[in-house]
Amino acid sequence: MTGVLEGDIGIALVNILLLAVLFVVAISIARLRNLFAIVMLSGIYSLVSATWYVVVDAVDVAFTEAAVGAGMSTVVLLGAMLLTSRTAKPDKKFARLGPLLVVIATGVMLIYATVDLPALGDPNSPVNQGVGLTYMQINWADTGIPNVVTSVLASYRGFDTLGETTVVFLAGLAVALLLGFGERSLAESIKREGKLPGSNGKSASETGKEEDAS
Amino acid sequence: MNSDHHVILRVVSKMLIPIIMMFAFYTQFHGDFGPGGGFQAGVIVAVAVILYALVAGVPAAMRAVPPAFTRSLAAIGVMIYAGVGYWALFKGGHFLEYQALFNEPPGEHHGQHIGIMLIELGVLCGVSGAMLTIFYAFAGRVAEIRDKDW
Repeated sequence: MTGVLEGDIGIALVNILLLAVLFVVAISIARLRNLFAIVMLSGIYSLVSATWYVVVDAVDVAFTEAAVGAGMSTVVLLGAMLLTSRTAKPDKKFARLGPLLVVIATGVMLIYATVDLPALGDPNSPVNQGVGLTYMQINWADTGIPNVVTSVLASYRGFDTLGETTVVFLAGLAVALLLGFGERSLAESIKREGKLPGSNGKSASETGKEEDAS
Repeated sequence: MNSDHHVILRVVSKMLIPIIMMFAFYTQFHGDFGPGGGFQAGVIVAVAVILYALVAGVPAAMRAVPPAFTRSLAAIGVMIYAGVGYWALFKGGHFLEYQALFNEPPGEHHGQHIGIMLIELGVLCGVSGAMLTIFYAFAGRVAEIRDKDW
């Protein structure tokens, strides 16, 4: 979006607003202890950053962020949260000091680095001068696909995408091998749930016995 | 099951799930012209099934889309993708060289279109299968999410 270069105040305001929302959400995620709220807020974080990607014209990235970040990972985190406790342990006061220093140092370095960044959408920036421009010029004659992102992803970089698909497959396989494929553990946990009333009854009878003894 | 006070949720998601599926296929097949493609479409397909699992319960979702199907789907997706590569190889081109699929001269793009469509289909199957396998692996360990658990 060249709006910032041209001094478009509306786009700049939208940018500032979205980044401010991201900042507030990130701070509250860091301060919260309730895991359910943290998972929901991280979904909101993904959704807001997807909106911001649309503002800076990275529509494909925004789409992926909205689908994977806000949709899929929120659900997976919820599923993981069900297996553990609902609140994080409060950490010690001094244990926060080291991470705080690291974060401040990294932040200062990053802010210092932004001084050298080219302006957003600058046609003379290194990103827009090299191979990207070549793809834009030769894409139509080579592949006949209007969307350059798709033709780069699927045609020019077909090997990379095969690797990515394999990585996703291996991730699914690894999780399934570690946690079980689902149906057997589900059957077991249903059996366990089914036993619960029985065990309750047993404990009730035990307490009854204790009452008898007393 | 949560039969009493989730009526609105169930009715709304019953209407939404087909639309989500439609949108997934739009994302899949419109990827050549606009944003989207196999990765996003695969995740959206998975999300439609997961929404059903959240509303109707994981056992119902496992009956509709069995875990054995999702894990084979993930493998089949990678196989389709690699298969396109070998198809080009057997036709005398390089691995994944779509131009060689139909032995076309450089000006024509039929092979590019077919090749990209097939590998995007492979990505769709691979991603949705893997995502659902991961979801089932997590969700299968909890029998029923009771309301008081939230």
